[in-house]
Parts: sequence; C-alpha cells; structure tokens
Amino acid sequence: MLDMQHISKVYRTELVETHALRDLNLTVAEGEFVAVTGPSGSGKTTFLNIAGLLESADGGHYRLDGVDVGSLGDDARARIRNQKIGFIFQGFNLIPDLDVFDNVDVPLRYRGFAARERRARIERALELVGLAARQRHLPSQLSGGQQQRVAIARAIAGEPRFLLADEPTGNLDSLMARQIMDLLGEINRSGTTIVLVTHDPELARRAHRNIHVMDGEVTDLKPFAPRPAGAPVAVA
Amino acid sequence: MLGYYLKLAWLSLARTPAITALMIGAIALGIGATTTTLTVYHRMSANPIPARSSVLHAVTIDSWSPDRPADDENPADPPPQLTYRDALAVAAGAPAARTVIMRKTAMTVDPGAGRAPFLIEARLATRDFFPMFAVPFAYGGGWDAAADRGGEPVVVLSRETNERLFGGENSVGRSVRIDGREFRVSGVLADWQPTPKFYDLNNGAYDTAEDAFLPFALGAALELQPAGNVNCWKPETLAGLRDLLGSECVWIQLWADLPTAADVERYQAWLDGYVAEQKRLGRFARPSNNRLYDVEAWLRHNEVVGQDSRMLLAVAFAFLAVCILNVVGLLLSRFLGSAGASAVRRALGASRGELFRQHLVEVGLVGAIAGLGGLVLGWAGLKAVEQLYSSYDRLTQLDLTMVLAAIGLAVLAGVLAGLYPAWRICRVQPAAYLKTQ
Repeated sequence: MLDMQHISKVYRTELVETHALRDLNLTVAEGEFVAVTGPSGSGKTTFLNIAGLLESADGGHYRLDGVDVGSLGDDARARIRNQKIGFIFQGFNLIPDLDVFDNVDVPLRYRGFAARERRARIERALELVGLAARQRHLPSQLSGGQQQRVAIARAIAGEPRFLLADEPTGNLDSLMARQIMDLLGEINRSGTTIVLVTHDPELARRAHRNIHVMDGEVTDLKPFAPRPAGAPVAVA
Repeated sequence: MLGYYLKLAWLSLARTPAITALMIGAIALGIGATTTTLTVYHRMSANPIPARSSVLHAVTIDSWSPDRPADDENPADPPPQLTYRDALAVAAGAPAARTVIMRKTAMTVDPGAGRAPFLIEARLATRDFFPMFAVPFAYGGGWDAAADRGGEPVVVLSRETNERLFGGENSVGRSVRIDGREFRVSGVLADWQPTPKFYDLNNGAYDTAEDAFLPFALGAALELQPAGNVNCWKPETLAGLRDLLGSECVWIQLWADLPTAADVERYQAWLDGYVAEQKRLGRFARPSNNRLYDVEAWLRHNEVVGQDSRMLLAVAFAFLAVCILNVVGLLLSRFLGSAGASAVRRALGASRGELFRQHLVEVGLVGAIAGLGGLVLGWAGLKAVEQLYSSYDRLTQLDLTMVLAAIGLAVLAGVLAGLYPAWRICRVQPAAYLKTQ
C-alpha cells in the first residue's frame, strides 16, 4: 500500500538546515494498522505530511498504492488525497462555518459525487461515529470528542483505502481517547489501512506494528502481539 | 459547484460582517460615482436616431465673410446654418430623397375658455420633417404639400401641448388659436424627445423638442420672428423679417435624406455647382467649402460630448480603481485570515483551481451586492445632478442598459480586486497550517 525508500526531507532557512527525515525506509501492507512513534521533533509529522502528499520529499522514492507519487503535479496529488487518503488531525481541523453535515461533505464535493450519493455516504459515516442526530450542529456546539468523531466521519465518508491519523486523541480526555481508538480499530478491521502517528506508546500498542522514528530515521520496527478483543487499554 | 461556492461565499461574508460591509461600501461608492458619470455620458453620446443616422445629412455651405471665418477657433468649418435664400434654393434644386428646411420661432397660444394665454416654442419646417426624423404620432399626422406651400394654417402639437390644451384627447381636426389666428390640428405627437436634439443644436444639444410644429412657409407669410440663433457677418439693415429673408445672415437648418453613397456624391456635386454659380454672381467670396454630415458626424463636429465630460468619466473610473485597490487589501487580510480552512480543503482534495474559483465566486458575490448598492448611490448622484443642472434632466435617466452595466462593472471590479488575493490563497501550503489550526 505504502512504500517509502530512502526518503529525505530538509528544511532550510538562511541560517539553519534541519534534516527532518534522513534515509527513511518503510513499507505498509494493505489492511495494516501501523503506529509511528517517536519524541517531539523526531520527524513524525514530516513523515505524515509526505505520506499524505501534503509535502514532497527532497530525496528517495515513494509509491502509494502502486503509483510513483514523487513525480506527480499538484492537481494529481490533490486528486489522490481526495480519492485514496483520509486525514484525521490532532486539532480536528473542522471548518467552523460549516455544520457537521457540510464538514463531512467537503471531500465528497471535490470527488464529484451526485447529491444523493453524497447524502447517503454522509449519513452512513455519521451513523458509524454515532453523530447521526447532530448533522446540523456547528463544530463549536460539539465537545472535543464529538468534533474528532466528525473528523473521522469526514475521513471515512469517501471510503479511502488509506487513513492517516496525526495524534488523533491528543486533545481528548482518556475516555474519549479510548472511544476514538476503538473506532479506528473498527475502521481498520473493515479493511482500511491506517497509519497512526503518536508519541504515546500505549496508544501505539493498539496497532499491528510500531515504527519508532528518531532523528528522521526509522530505528525500530516492532510487531505487537494481537490484543484480545475488548481488552482494556491505558490511554494518556 | 457554483451553488456550493455561492453558499460558502455567503457563509464567509456573514462571518465577518464589518469587513464585508467595508468591501461592499468601497466598491459601491466607486460604482455609484461611475454610474452617475457613465449614465450622463452614455445619454450624451447616444445616437438619437440609430435607424436613420447614416442617411440623414446636415447640409452646410461656407457663405461667410471674405475677411474672416465663421468660427475663429475652427477656421476651416463652414457656418452651421444657411441663409434663407440658399436654404430655399438648395431644398428646391438639390437631388435628395427628402429634404427639410426649418427654423425655430416663439408663438402665443390662446387656450380659450377664460384660460390664460401661454408662450410656446414652435418649429417651422417643411412636411418631410416628420418622416425623415421618424417622429412618432399619437393621433393624425403631418400636413400635405398644399400646406407646405403656405395654404391652410395647420399645426402639429406635441403630446404635452395637446395635454395642456385638450386634456390629452384626440384633437385632430380641432382648432387652436395661435398668435391671434386659427390653426387646424393635423396631428399630435407621441412622446418624442431626441437626445441629443440633433436636428438643431443651436440652442443647446440637450434642449427639449418644440411644443408645436407648423409649415415653414407660414413663417414668411405671417412674419414670424426667429427664436433660434441668427448669425450675420455683412453690415446690412435688418428692420424686420423681410430684411432677414434677403440677408446674408445664417439662421435656417437644412437636412437631406441621402440613402446611398452615390446619393451623397450626387448631392455634394450639386452643392459645389450651386456655390460655383453663386460665386460667378458675386457671392461666396471664401473658398468653396460645402460639407455634408451624417448624424453621428454632425454630433462629433459640434462636440456634443465635450472634453470635460470625458475627463469627468476618466476621473470616475480612476476613483473606482482606488476603491478596488482598497478592496484588494481587505480581501487579502480576509482570505489569509481564513487560510486554515483553505488548507483543510487542500488537504481533503481541493485543487488550486477549485480554491481559486471558490474565492472568485465570493468576490463576485461581493461585487454583485456592491453593484446594487452602487446603483442606489448612482441614482442619488443622478438626482443631485438633476437638481444642480435642470437642463440635464433627460440625461439622468437610468435605463436597463446602465443598470446591467453598473452591476456587470461591479462584479468585474470585485473579481479584479479578488484576483491577486484568490491567487495567493490557492497557493497555500496545507502542511504549514494543519498542525496549528
């Protein structure tokens, strides 16, 4: 599904050169749930931005779903983001002017679905995250956990094959965080590949694999033993 | 997607009402000023008779003094009017489909029934005046050839005069007492106010059409004094109208209907021949300078739209440009202020083109609303012009063309103001905003 070879990324200012990623190699198979961990400044977010085609790598090769995305133009990358990738951000990134329904509708609009198809997908996604009754609420009228569930509904409404989550529980209390992680697990079991970026090792344990990034390099690839269904998870 | 973009635009405008009001106000102000000046300019420069303007020709002959030109500022130009005898000779001899000779006079109407007499402006013209200038009739029509020769005293009333005398009823065949004589009404005009008043620019291009129209021949027969411009160069004794008729003073307008280029050529040749003959008889000491102007050329020649009007229009557009520049700044701050939402859209799959179009629709909506506001301001500006210059009242009417032009101009102004801010926002790098949202 995701194949990164020798990926590097350098941020330059007039005075400083920061190597965010150095020779990063990573492969994620279809249907996997991978956690990427590491301390602040280790390059997790840069990895996520490159994986999600929000930024370009300076070196190396990146194939996503069999397509060499390194050479694609801006519009083609936007199209792939829209059709194949779902994003979940730590800060939810809902559009404050739009109600729940219209927020979930955003990627579907750019996908060109007909109105009836969009409505069906939005209702299905909101049903899945338990917010079917809140369609006309604005983000400011929802709790943090509810907002993150809207963001998840937005990410999955287009049925992407690949979900990227950046600290999805970072702004939530422990109970909410657990619900969100349960939801992500459920989405993964339905066949969606998930890459979760977190600095929390306990959350990372919910994934099939843990990839530890340090100073822009993968330092550890650690498979986890499958957790029994319903087992309690400690969250931050 | 247009409906979706309109919805987003409306939500965005409602989010920051103060900035929205500032932007709309700035564009509306510019559009208001532009609409006011453009409307006056549009009416000033309009072709008053588009269907016939290329076939109607004003006829001029340089019969002026051998010592100086008729117009010191434009020495090559012949005088704009003809002498009485030249007008009669040319009208009788020159080959034209139709010809009209005419002049303006003032008369007194006695409405009878104890009502007070009132003064009217009247046009003395030959009968082709009406078909040549496509004058619309509400009742009846012009007069016949016999009346043109000075037979029966007939009159055509304007709509307003008929309203005043007969309450707007069909008065054809009824009698009107003018200057102490009875005239039979042969026709009543429908509304007719050619703007500019191309057929006689001597008393102002935006003067109103006359209150009544009578056969040209009656002017000499009844010794009706001229009420238009009379210009003379030769020292002559002018004790009365009889003297004026035989003088070298110019005071008669002559128009010829010349449908084809060959007709114009033939007419010009005849005119040149006539002048040559008159020269042999000792008249026309100046070089032969006989000109035919179609309506649009005639309006240009007489500088109906002055340089100051063009300057005023340029100033109005410059003001609009300043307003647009201010709006560019406001839009930049507004769009960059919502860059986070644009970054989210980019992350979720919006292309740069889609974001660009979304923001252009928003500024287009601002422009359209400002256009409506600008129309109100423009209307107020026109009313102010009307109050200041009463003779401009027919130049200050907003027509559908100007309404559409104002709204179109406002949308264009909005889009122009939005091009750079929309371009900036569609180049937002989503990664830079998503973490900090």
